[in-house]
Amino acid sequence: MQMDLRTVAIKPLRHTFDHLVERFGDKPASRYQEGSYNIQQEHIFHYRPAWDAERVLFDKKRTRIVMQDWYALKDPRQYYYGAYTIARARQQEAAESSFEMIEERGLAELIPAEVKQTALDLLVPMRHVEWGGNMGNSYIAAYGYGTVITQPCLYHAMDHLGVAQYLTRIGLVLDGPEALDTAKEAWMSGALWQPMRRHVENLLVLQDWFEIFVAQNLVLEGLLNPMLYDHLDADFSANGGTAISMMTRFMAEWSSETAKWVDAQIKVVAAESPANKELLSAWVKQYRSATREALAPIARRAFGDHADEVLGEVTAEFNARCAKLGLAV
Amino acid sequence: MDMKTTKKKLGLKEKYAHMTRGLGWETSYQPMDKVFPQATFEGIKIHDWDKWEDPFRLTMDAYWKYQAEKERKLYAVLDAFAQNNGHLGITDARYLNAVKLFLSGISPLEYVAHRGFAAAGRNFPGVGPRVACLMQSIDEVRHAQTQIHALSNYNKFYEGFHAGATHQIERVWYLSVPKSFFDDAFSAGPFEWMIAIGFSFEYVLTNLLFVPFMSGAAYNGDMATVTFGFSAQSDEARHMTLGLECIKFMLEQDPDNLPIVQKWIDKWAWRGVRVLTLVAMMMDYMLPKRVMSWKEAWEIYFEQNGGALFNDLAKYGIKVPECLTQCSIDKEHISHQAWCTFYQYAHASAFHTWLPNAEEMDWLSAKYPNTFDKYYRPRYEQWREMADKGERFYNNTLPMLCQVCQIPMVFTEPDDPTKICYRESEYQGEKYHTCSDGCQHIFDDEPEKYIQAWLPVHQIYQGNCFPEGTDPTAEGFDPMLKVLEWYHIQNGKDNLDYEGSGDQANFAAWRGMATQNT
Repeated sequence: MQMDLRTVAIKPLRHTFDHLVERFGDKPASRYQEGSYNIQQEHIFHYRPAWDAERVLFDKKRTRIVMQDWYALKDPRQYYYGAYTIARARQQEAAESSFEMIEERGLAELIPAEVKQTALDLLVPMRHVEWGGNMGNSYIAAYGYGTVITQPCLYHAMDHLGVAQYLTRIGLVLDGPEALDTAKEAWMSGALWQPMRRHVENLLVLQDWFEIFVAQNLVLEGLLNPMLYDHLDADFSANGGTAISMMTRFMAEWSSETAKWVDAQIKVVAAESPANKELLSAWVKQYRSATREALAPIARRAFGDHADEVLGEVTAEFNARCAKLGLAV
Repeated sequence: MDMKTTKKKLGLKEKYAHMTRGLGWETSYQPMDKVFPQATFEGIKIHDWDKWEDPFRLTMDAYWKYQAEKERKLYAVLDAFAQNNGHLGITDARYLNAVKLFLSGISPLEYVAHRGFAAAGRNFPGVGPRVACLMQSIDEVRHAQTQIHALSNYNKFYEGFHAGATHQIERVWYLSVPKSFFDDAFSAGPFEWMIAIGFSFEYVLTNLLFVPFMSGAAYNGDMATVTFGFSAQSDEARHMTLGLECIKFMLEQDPDNLPIVQKWIDKWAWRGVRVLTLVAMMMDYMLPKRVMSWKEAWEIYFEQNGGALFNDLAKYGIKVPECLTQCSIDKEHISHQAWCTFYQYAHASAFHTWLPNAEEMDWLSAKYPNTFDKYYRPRYEQWREMADKGERFYNNTLPMLCQVCQIPMVFTEPDDPTKICYRESEYQGEKYHTCSDGCQHIFDDEPEKYIQAWLPVHQIYQGNCFPEGTDPTAEGFDPMLKVLEWYHIQNGKDNLDYEGSGDQANFAAWRGMATQNT
């Protein structure tokens, strides 16, 4: 049965704003479209930045990638602020109930010592890697071009902070504040972590924002996240560490969700021109080998004799993913 | 089962420190000054970033949770507003002109604030301020978007909104005033940004900028805007705390920072006050139901509340901004001088203007006993007389603009309200004009910056403000109409008088439809 409520109907004069009419025609626009397209200023700026006098405030020339229209890079998740926070709030609620259950029932005590130690050695120092991810993505949010790409990078930066905080909580649950000090020490001077720290610091001084996007969001996360949240996670579960998997569930979901977003960006940029494709491919090759070097000792600690096998598998999947995106790697 | 519950519970502050501070490290494979290249060039000295007091301790999970709750509520109201013709609930469609000014002049600033705080959130070497800045950055994109979403429904039914929140801020003459303010701050370094936006704009001036618009919305039945305003209130409170913490931190770190910070406070207080001219005019002239006069707002929020703030900062050696004396004189004039300007240039504005009616003039006389009847009422009466005779006055020449604040030279001398105030400076053999001692002072301090200003009037005269492909030698070429086209101002629809406008006619007809049976 259908009910028809009657309302006073007034015919609107127009459906949306001029720039959206130009882009999509005069029809009702989505909240994503209204909140994202062309809301960054483009042409006229008053003063040259004191910190970059060669360019204007929002400048297409802060990357070597060239796009006819930067607004071609849309977010398949269509995240504007409201959609983003509501999605993350749902995920954090699930994560929170996992942490609560583990803490209330003392489930961490049931994890075999060896498994727990692996988590402390590998997951907790990783919070510094996440912090590096936050810095790279806030750089893009500040200096990138076009809201459809700068906006999700800020969300991604905040996500990295959130993940760093979940990893911190894992340390607190498994051991306590000392776990964080130990992890920091390992990060600063432990042999296992130095190649990774060097790699992360190298990314912090990059200036081309799209290069950061590739090095961090595509390559580093594309190799690291599957290694941690698929392979290592499976090992945890198989060896009595289900409680750890419960605590990394947010990261597992988040990394597959964000990978789809990253893919959509790379695909569009690669398809734009042979020059873009060549540059992206070169970056991927460069950062893939740097990332693998940084991951090697970590993989050895995680998977022992199987390390090469796991890294090989992760790399093969990553290569297939890049090929699908139109890159020659 | 053996339950081990001896684990020490962490205090909130301690826990938060682990969740943020502990994440950063002193880099060694790359030098710190390459990782944070903007940390020192402004001359601010920071010795210990760990002394930073986190103004609010919000972890990401808590942030997502609280903010999502607010978003759900806000969008539920916006949906209901759209579904039920909420726009017909406002006092009068004339009110919407204030909202047009807000969408074209303020919402774009929220966006730039978002980008600028993202930069600050990358550039400070301390983790504490970085996290706080990033939270403000994401809040600011929220504000830009929720404002656009809230006002989008008005765009469907009223003129003057269709250009959205970006096109005009880059181009239109009066919008270069707020735009140049934010361009100025963002093109400076991260510390000046924090004083300009974090402290001056978000702390000292927010009660004079954000609050009047939102209160105006509440008084005039604008459910969409006021719901946004309430929803943003707790964000704004956080931003104010950050601004204050930041200035205290800079002052506590090194005595050498004091003169730099004082200079910035003086500069940004004056820059801010000039931008507020638009708000002053909105409060005194554009609201059918008025909240309070500009003068009253200034006295409460700046002279009283601001006075208390500066008393608090006095222990660091900070003095009240040097513009204060001039401001106390100006508070009696600027709203009138601004509205008189817009009335004369109503053909070049993206909103409607009108002459205050008899009741409104009496209200203005009562609120401005020292100035209104003496200087401004006669002007309005003269224009009323001309309009009644069919000779509505439009000013068809373009005004000279101040090189710094970019407002037309319409302000008067502090000691003579009948004389336009001009100041002149010379730089590299060229003359530059400013509207006041305050603006001249700012110009003289950084002439190499302010000579770069993109002054809308100069640009029009240079032929840079026509649509692409315009041929000025073509027969019937009308420069004014071409500029309006470039502005996305629809001549005869978005501009001119409210009396006789499409907005006025439609609102009357639609309200009739909604309230009567004929």
